[in-house]
Amino acid sequence: MANFSKPNVPRFSVDVYQNEYLPEDGSDVDAIVTVTATGGGTLGGALTALRHHAPGEGPSAAVVLMVDCSGSMDHPPAKMRNARDATAAAVAALRDGVRFAVVAGTHVAREVYPGGGRLALAGAGTREEARQALRRLDAGGGTAIGTWLRLADRLLSAADVAIRHAVLLTDGRNEHEPAAELTAALDACAGRFTCDARGVGTDWEVKEVTAIASALLGSADIVADPSGLTADFTRMMETAMGKEVADVALRLWTPAGATVRFVKQVAPSVEELTGRRTESGPRAGDYPLGSWGDESRDYHVRVRVPPAGLGREMLAARVSLVIPGADGGVRGLGTPGLVRAVWTDDLAASTAINPQVAHYTGQAELAQAIRQGLELRRTGDIDGATAKLGRAVQLAGALGNADTAKLLAKVVDVVDAAAGTVRLKAAVGEADEMTLETRSTRTVRVKK
Amino acid sequence: MPRQAAVPRCPGCEEPLEPGDRYCGACGYDLSAVPAPPPDHPTLALNGSVPAPAGGVAWPPAREPEDPQRSAAAHTPADLPGTDSGGSPPPAPPPPPRAPAPAPGQSSGVRLDRPREPEEYPLQAPDPRRTPAPAAPQAPAPAPAAPPAAGDRVCVACRAGRVDHDGYCENCGHAQPRERDHMEQEYGPVAAVSDRGLRHHRNEDAFCVGDTTLPDGAPAALAVVCDGVSSATRPDDASLAASRAAADALLAALPRGVHPQQALHDAILAASHAVNALAEEPATAREQAPHQNAPACTLVAAVVAAGLLVVGWVGDSRVYWVPDDRAAPPARLTEDDSWAAQMVAAGLMTEAEAYADERAHAITGWLGADAYELEPHTAAFKPDRPGVLVVCTDGLWNYAESPGEMARVLPRDAAARPLHAARVLVGHALDGGGHDNVTVAVVPFPGPPARAGSA
Repeated sequence: MANFSKPNVPRFSVDVYQNEYLPEDGSDVDAIVTVTATGGGTLGGALTALRHHAPGEGPSAAVVLMVDCSGSMDHPPAKMRNARDATAAAVAALRDGVRFAVVAGTHVAREVYPGGGRLALAGAGTREEARQALRRLDAGGGTAIGTWLRLADRLLSAADVAIRHAVLLTDGRNEHEPAAELTAALDACAGRFTCDARGVGTDWEVKEVTAIASALLGSADIVADPSGLTADFTRMMETAMGKEVADVALRLWTPAGATVRFVKQVAPSVEELTGRRTESGPRAGDYPLGSWGDESRDYHVRVRVPPAGLGREMLAARVSLVIPGADGGVRGLGTPGLVRAVWTDDLAASTAINPQVAHYTGQAELAQAIRQGLELRRTGDIDGATAKLGRAVQLAGALGNADTAKLLAKVVDVVDAAAGTVRLKAAVGEADEMTLETRSTRTVRVKK
Repeated sequence: MPRQAAVPRCPGCEEPLEPGDRYCGACGYDLSAVPAPPPDHPTLALNGSVPAPAGGVAWPPAREPEDPQRSAAAHTPADLPGTDSGGSPPPAPPPPPRAPAPAPGQSSGVRLDRPREPEEYPLQAPDPRRTPAPAAPQAPAPAPAAPPAAGDRVCVACRAGRVDHDGYCENCGHAQPRERDHMEQEYGPVAAVSDRGLRHHRNEDAFCVGDTTLPDGAPAALAVVCDGVSSATRPDDASLAASRAAADALLAALPRGVHPQQALHDAILAASHAVNALAEEPATAREQAPHQNAPACTLVAAVVAAGLLVVGWVGDSRVYWVPDDRAAPPARLTEDDSWAAQMVAAGLMTEAEAYADERAHAITGWLGADAYELEPHTAAFKPDRPGVLVVCTDGLWNYAESPGEMARVLPRDAAARPLHAARVLVGHALDGGGHDNVTVAVVPFPGPPARAGSA
């Protein structure tokens, strides 16, 4: 998959933050692993910004844009117009030489440009042709997102490129195919390309859109006001063009007798990875991390090890980054990070909680409290919702999630943020609630 | 060259073995299957665990005294009037330390004299580059006995996995024994043993032993023992740097004829500079924790030269004096820089009360960039009979606090077999629970020169 001949693969570094000291009978080891990729975009030394690759100098990439063209996109009519404009802006942001296609999604998927199961090569001419083709897009039909994803997969798999990416825009629920169809399509596409998903308006299902982005290792967001689509699509495409290497995996070695309790991404957003493990050797497993440009992400790893006795030291996990090759071989990226366990009878040492671990434990609880609170609110459990959202307000304040705190304040009246005392608002805008839910997993990093 | 003590090791777990063992005391390995270990002092390589090349080779050129007010006069201890113990202190610096006969038989005659010390010791502008940087103790050590090559070693914990290049078993993850976990050294008449103990994950103690000659050809023996402060960053580096710097300073100064007490005072300052310098070095990535504090350690040292016995210390590591004639009372020669000792000294608590307090072991003096004010204590003695000095960290004296207890534990042939004696003392601490790192140096004192050999 990955094109190893390219010299511009970023350098990866792994930093481990943990309190390695455990009490005599302690067995759970927590660590925050910060993975940072740098240097991917400095081609030839002269070009610095990632998104300003000269033609043909960036990593080979292919992008498919999926635009919802169901009947509801005409209500209001501006929505379809905004979607067309946003898609055109995304095409304009493509680097020269990138392969691309546009798909119109209804109850079936239809190639809008270039058609014939091919991908176009981005350039002045093809961008203009795509823009013309987008003008002919109109709304009508249902929504079956699984069929869109399968078409995108067919188109992308035909290209011999390093980075495969898709963008999906929808405004409604996936109501013209069984839910299992979408799940099956996601399973089929996982690991084959990455996908950012966007919900426009307020008639779509947050869980569907976030599930797509989660399964395909992309981002999810709401664009409540269709006029904001163009700016969002441009930003999204710039990020996609910054990716340098695809199919990166986090390889976790743990000793015999140890159990991996969980592996989750905790920054820039909470993403559960535990269940996505594929065994990669004795006592080792790989967790997919998707595509990387110049960026840094944090992961929370918890491993349960058999206690070894006071004064003993054990390696609880070794964390490395790899690119699994098509031939079964792997390419390692950088020096592994070591997660250690040291048993001590020094209570001051063993009871200390690493600040990074504490911070991200709080971030994960915050995301969960928001989701549970909104769910309870929908089911009419006012007390439960008040308690959960109050806890969320408290955590957001204490942990410095300013953006999340603002979103929460649109759903609840904050009486005392520090104590977590809130009242549910009687009337809450649908867009505000969906924004809060969609962005509940976004985290902030520890203030250094 | 230093004679390395040879310790036969268990082929299973690398635990040191006693002669005659049929099974390993630590892991139960059946030793009947391996050749019997040589009985005594063989010349096997010892798991690379010699802490420092302590002398005998080209030493750095003699340093000038660090404190201009305390110029080191060149005179030999033998020149000192040894009988004017009751006299007034000598007027001008450098004060020739009075060396009164301590008459170890007297119970109170422990702290006999100290040189007049300046109010404070200016430590400004230490040049850390002058002290030799501690060589990385983790440098790949020559493998013990006959193990497979590195990277191909079998884990001592599970015996199933191979040891990975980062020192952990690729199967069970257990860290492998490190060279500093257990160190032994015998040098001239002096020997020392250091052990990780049973409850700590690494050995943060360090020692240096050595011997040299004074300008008149008289032999001088020395031992330095340091205990890293666990709550500080890199305590193991601190103790190693301090012990080496102090020993280097002593081995450079003594042959030039600097008075041993002055030399020891200067050596403690040199050790302090070495530890301070560590605080300026960038920490390793692994320890870039938000809660950094300066590396720190205690230091205790003893010098035996020409009938004189000099001790110096900062912190709560100690020196005990045990006469060869066990009828004579033993004594503790150092006074801890510790909370408990301060409480007792101030008359606020009895010794029993103070040492029962959980704050008892909080030290009030240490070497390190964050030390408030360095107060190197030194004291000189002129014992009238032969005996042995036990220079140790609290990992030992917690299990033999009083001089009487220490004397009971110390083998009677300690002066003749110092390494054996040090092993016995370490064993005593481990048998007691081994709650801390244990380090012991044994320095024989041959007796007053005039009556050498008597007793």
